[in-house]
Order: sequence, then C-alpha cells, then structure tokens
Amino acid sequence: MFGYYFALALRSLKRSKVLTALMILAIGLGIGASMTMITVLHVMSGDPLPGHSAQLFVPQLDARPLERSKTTKDSAPNGNLTWPDAMNLLRTHRADRQAAMVAGSVPIRPAQASLRPFFQPGHYVTADFFSMFDAPFRAGGGWTAEDDEQRARVIVLNAELNRKLFGDTPGIGRTVRLKNTDFRVVGVLDEWYPQPTFYAQVNDRSFGKTDQFFLPLQTALELQFDFSGNFMCWGNGAGGRTSDHCTWLQFWVQLDNPAKAHAYQDFLGDYWREQQTHGRFPRPVNAQLYGLMDWLTKQQVIPSDLRLQLWLALGFLGVCMVNIVGLLLAKFLRRSGEVSVRRALGAQRRDIFLQFGIESAVIGVAGGVLGLVIAELGLWSVRQRPDGYAQLAQMDAAMLLGTFMLAVFASVLAGLLPAWRACRVTPALQLKTQ
Amino acid sequence: MPLRPLLASLTRHKLTVLLLALQVGLTCAIVCNVVFMIVNRTAQMRQPSGVAEDELVTIDSIGLDEGENPLARHAADLAALRNIPGVTAVAAVDALPFNGNDWSNGIATTPNADTDLTATACNGTHGELGTLGLHLLEGRDFLPDEYLPMDSAHDWAGINHVPVTIITQALAERLFPGQSALGKVIYPGDNPVRIVGVVDHLLRPHLREAASNDYSTLFPMLPDSNDVTYVLRTAPQERERVLKQIADVLNQLDGNRILRQAQTFSQLRADFFRRNRTMIGLLLAAAAGLLFVTALGIAGLASFWVQQRRRSIGIRRAIGATRNDILCYFQAENFLIVGGGIVPGMLLAYALNLWLMTHYELPRLPFLYLPIGAALLWLLGQCAVLGPALRAAAVPPVMATRAD
Repeated sequence: MFGYYFALALRSLKRSKVLTALMILAIGLGIGASMTMITVLHVMSGDPLPGHSAQLFVPQLDARPLERSKTTKDSAPNGNLTWPDAMNLLRTHRADRQAAMVAGSVPIRPAQASLRPFFQPGHYVTADFFSMFDAPFRAGGGWTAEDDEQRARVIVLNAELNRKLFGDTPGIGRTVRLKNTDFRVVGVLDEWYPQPTFYAQVNDRSFGKTDQFFLPLQTALELQFDFSGNFMCWGNGAGGRTSDHCTWLQFWVQLDNPAKAHAYQDFLGDYWREQQTHGRFPRPVNAQLYGLMDWLTKQQVIPSDLRLQLWLALGFLGVCMVNIVGLLLAKFLRRSGEVSVRRALGAQRRDIFLQFGIESAVIGVAGGVLGLVIAELGLWSVRQRPDGYAQLAQMDAAMLLGTFMLAVFASVLAGLLPAWRACRVTPALQLKTQ
Repeated sequence: MPLRPLLASLTRHKLTVLLLALQVGLTCAIVCNVVFMIVNRTAQMRQPSGVAEDELVTIDSIGLDEGENPLARHAADLAALRNIPGVTAVAAVDALPFNGNDWSNGIATTPNADTDLTATACNGTHGELGTLGLHLLEGRDFLPDEYLPMDSAHDWAGINHVPVTIITQALAERLFPGQSALGKVIYPGDNPVRIVGVVDHLLRPHLREAASNDYSTLFPMLPDSNDVTYVLRTAPQERERVLKQIADVLNQLDGNRILRQAQTFSQLRADFFRRNRTMIGLLLAAAAGLLFVTALGIAGLASFWVQQRRRSIGIRRAIGATRNDILCYFQAENFLIVGGGIVPGMLLAYALNLWLMTHYELPRLPFLYLPIGAALLWLLGQCAVLGPALRAAAVPPVMATRAD
C-alpha cells in the first residue's frame, strides 16, 4: 500500500513539474536559512567548559553612587569590581577557588633578530585562575598565591604564542621580554581557547582565538602594563586603577555545590552591608551571584545582529510554510473528483489521508535534502565572515539530523491540513456535479 | 465588474483564500520592516565623515622606548613622512572617524555644570585640518602659538589649559541653536575654551545614536603618548604606493616600535561597516526571497483555479463574456485577496516594528512605508496572476460543452 501511494505521489507531482519544483525550492530555502542560523546560534550558545560550568559563578556588587536623576537611566551593572573589592573577596577566601582578572595587550619583544616586536592580547589573572577553569597545560603549570603577592615575573603562554617564540618545544624556564621586563615561562597551555572567552568582558571579540598569555595581575599593575576593556569611574578624586570608585576587574568564583553557592550569596550581602558602614555602596543591598551560562545569556554574548538573522530566517520559513499549505490545499482539492471515485469504490478516509500525507512527505523529504545543501552553503558563507565566531559555524551530527527532521516535520505539518480537507470531500456531491 | 459573483466564488474556497491572505499579510509585515532596516543601515553607512576619504592613508605607531620624548619622536617622524614623494600633507592625531579611539568629554556652556552632552576630543599637530581635508564653514584654523601638549602622562590635563577649539556644525547647532557659535565659550574641562571655527562634519570614532554621531571638538593639542596615529594625504592613485613606503621610512628612523593598522581611510571605513554590509545583503536576500515565494504562491494558486474552472470559463465565454472580461475577473479576484491580506498585514507590520523597537533599537516605522508596501504587494499580485489569467482568457468557449 505504502509503495503504491508513493508511486501515486510521484505521478501526481510529475504532472505539475514546475510547481512541484518551486514548492521544493521554497521549503528548501526556508529550511536551509533557518537551519543555518539555528546551527550558528546553537554552536555559539554552547557550554565553554562542559562539565565544569555549573560550579562557576560571577559575583556582582554594584558600588556606584545612587542614580543622578530618574530621567536618565544608567546602564545595568556590568559585573566589574573595583580593585579594593576584588582584593577583599580574594583575601577572604570564602569560595572554593576565586580569581580576579582583566584583559590586557602588551608588546612582546622576541629574542630572535628575525622577529619584530608585536602586540599580543592576554589576561592578567590571579593564581587560582588555571585550576578554577581547568585550563589544560601541555607543560609546567600556573603560579602560586605567593607569586601573586611578590609580583613575580612569571608567565603562562598559550600554544600559539609558544610556537611563535620557541617552536614546537614548550619554552618552560625560558625568558620572554614584554614591554621592558623579562618574564620566566612557567607553563604552556595546550591550545586553550574556550568559546566564548567567557571569563573576559563580553564584547564583539568574545569568540575566536584571543588570549595568548597570562601573567600575575599584581605584576601587571606594578609594571603599569596597558589594560583593555571597560574602565568606569564616578565621583571626584584621582581615578587610578587602585581607587575604590573605578570598576574594571572581572571576578570569578568556584563553588562546588548549591549550598556553598547559597552561603556565598549571603556572604556577598554581608559584605555589601559592611561596606555601607564605611560609607561605600550607597545603593540598596542587591548582591547577585550568576552561574556561568546565566551570565553569558545576561551579557548577551550572541550579537544582536545574529539573533535578528535567526528571526528573519524563521519568519521566512513561516511564510514558506503557509505558502506550501495553500498550494497543497488547492492541489488536493482540485483532485476532489478522483478522491470521490476512490471513496465510492470503497477507500476509507484514512486511506485518502495517507495517500495525500505521503505526497506531502515526499515534497518534505526532497525539500529537506535541498535544505541541507542550502544550510551547508549558508554555513560556508558564515565561515567566510571575518568574525571570531565564523570558524565555529560547523554542522554536527545532531544538527544534521535536526535539519532533516525539521524539514519532514514542517512539510508533513504543511500537508496535514490539506490532506484532512481532501479526505472530508463528500463523494456523492462531487460525483453528481461532475 | 460586479463584485457579488466574485465574492460568492471566493467563499467556496474559504480556507485557501484565507491562507493566501495570511501569506500576503505576513510578507507585507516582514518586507516593510526589512526594507526599513535596509534604509536605516544604508543611511548609517552613507554618513559623511567630513574628511577627504579618498586621499588619506593612516598608520599607528607605538614607540617601545620608554625614555624618549614622544613630541620629538612625532616631529621627526612627520618630517620624514612629509618627504615621501606624492605626500602633500601629514599630521599626527589621536582619533579619526571609525578608528574606535574615542576620548569623549562632557561639554557644558557654564563652569562646573552637569551635562548629558558629550563630544569627542580630536587632537592633532599643526595642519590637521588641512591634512584631513575638513571643511571650515566659518572662523579660522588654529594658530601655531595656540598648540600645547595633551599631557597624557597626567590624565590628559591639557584639556584644562587649551585656549581655543573648532567644533562641528551639528554640535554648534545643539549648543547654540539658531546663533553663530563663533566666539562663544564651552567647558570641556575645568576652564573656558573659545570657539574659533566651525567645520561641516567630523564623525566620531564610534557611532552611537544618529543625532550625536557628529558631535566632535578639535583642540590644538599635540599627541604626546607613545601611541600615535599618523595621517598622510596624497592623490587617490598614489595611496597604495605611499602605504608601502611608510613602514620602511618609519623603521629606518627608529625600529624600536610597533606599526599597526597601515591602511587607506577607505579600508578603515569599509572594515567599520563590514558587518552592516553583510546584514544589508542578508536583509535584501530575505526580502527578495519572501516576495518571490509569495508571488509563487499567488501564481500557483491561480493556475490551479484556472485549471479547475476551465468549464465554467468556457460557459461564460459562450454566453458572451469577452477575453478581457475573464482577464479582469482573475485580476480583480487577486486584487481582493491581496487586499484582504494587506490590511491585517499593515497592522502586523506595525506590531513587528514595535517588537523590533524594544529588542533591536530600531526607530519607529514611518507611516509612509505602509501604503508603499501595500502598493508593492498589490502590484506583485497583479503581475503574478497575469500569466494564469491570460491562460484563462485563452480558454475557448467550446470548453463549455466538454467535461473536465
């Protein structure tokens, strides 16, 4: 029966070749565009540290003064801390692990005469950074809290910079000259580029290979290295890096279970109240603790243009679907005569429904195959963009299957209403009017 | 054209008509907003920067030698760059349109006033105006004795001592509506600064809301940090050649530096708007795709109906209807269906715009887009139905005597 209906469907589709081709094209375009964007957003909203992200949190303390006027709403706090607050949280050591960090860019001056000095982006971090984020070392390791306090001249290189400076062997123990200071390499990371670079300030460079080195935060401050990222001050007085009215540091904590997370949130509230007794934190107590994935969502790590592109693709798919439903409906109803004859000869409604259902599924499968091709083309075009996320735009097995399922599901859904209408045709009435 | 039989016939295909109208409505809503977004982004990309874009070449130089005097370094570099054949003018600056290096100050017209108005400070060496090709509308250029260092080592304290400024017309109009800004005083820092000139445009290094994009102030302050941008002016066809020479000239003078962003100003602008161009391309493709699919739906449905109604068309022809009547019938039918979609479509377009306004910072859809969108879809419908309608008109009266 199935084979017979399949043959009938092919015969019927062949009768109006152009229209069938256009229907397949429409569904293919809709599916292809949607799946391209769904895939891009799917890979971009992936977990940067699978299995580890549930224990990582961002504490948010808003030390800013009260809003100046009700008419100009100031922006939501961006999670950055002042130097004194970050150091207090670091020293009270209430979390299982904690680290303060900030992005920076420094000139690197290779020893080889063949290489000219060049700038590299990196991060200034505190000791717990590597163990907290489970950063994989190819050789060596991080540094200790004592190194932090002593402003040690030590550095951890990421794989790419190590290759550039020392070739394929890890340059442990060797010297790298940054700006005007020599640093000793204590660790080399194994191509560690979490996507997105969740621990940094969220901006349009959150995806792609970014940080090539890590060195102690206090050392960078002492040497007056250049910091990058948002640096916001308020009030009067000198707005230095260590002042208590300039926010610029990111802070992460590791809390191994929900009870600890709860306790840490209470601790943050207490800290806020305690600071209020010192005349700081004038706003009402509102200490927040965000989980890693919540934090990325809140900071909108996915650029709004991409979200708009997804909505555009889905809107397009929607219009294509309505289009297919209309066309199939007209097509099936035109065959009311044929349906009536079959019904009069003993076919049941369910048979008619199955017959037309199969016909729309054939269109769906063909559209799905075309959609896959178009989605691959679309992803290829996304990979040509010079944005950091471009290289992530690959279709995995789950998305491949998803595309196909979506195509078949969409077209069967589109065929449902027309097939249902067709099997409701009253045979007697139709036959009489013929 | 009597409407009654037309409507009667449409009621026999209620569901199909409803679906087609729904499709037209959705298309109308999406296309109106998409076109609006395209127009918006194009307008953003078209903003005049105020500089002679076809004639500029820029390079960033970051000196690594801590001990050197940046002012002397820049002067020596500029002298060498000026000697490159084909270069007509050079300047060292700290900010350029699109380069992202934005130092904005609150601009008040009275001392110590709180202000929401900010403007970018653009600073450079003597001759910056001429090198960038800024167009002075009134007033004069800075005089050589008005220049002083920015004092970047001490929180850019130069802003508190600079005597004069040149501002853009947009800023002048915002500060002193309806009056000439010449000779007036602003407070970008602690002390009053007199306006001595007004230029037509100078776009800020970052773009924000449309109104404030052109709020710039030029100060006669010399960049005095290790990090500086050199701008060279040359003939458009000489730019590539000059670009190749710059690095060698600077490195010969002093190799202890890092050179970045050696590019023509045209490249700078193109890079700045790269994402916008991708987005415009996608929006265009989406609009074209939607219109195509909708035209396809209209044409497909019409051709089904023509096939279905061959006999009744034959009967109408046999009892006296002309080919033209049949053609008009199908065109009118389409006009009604599309019209039925457009009315809710326009409401939907408006709703969609409201949603976009809250989520994507799009301005309000101007009313004019709705009638234009409606006319476009009507036209599209009429064109799409023309083929099937002509085929219907060609049905011979003898069909009346035949079964389907």
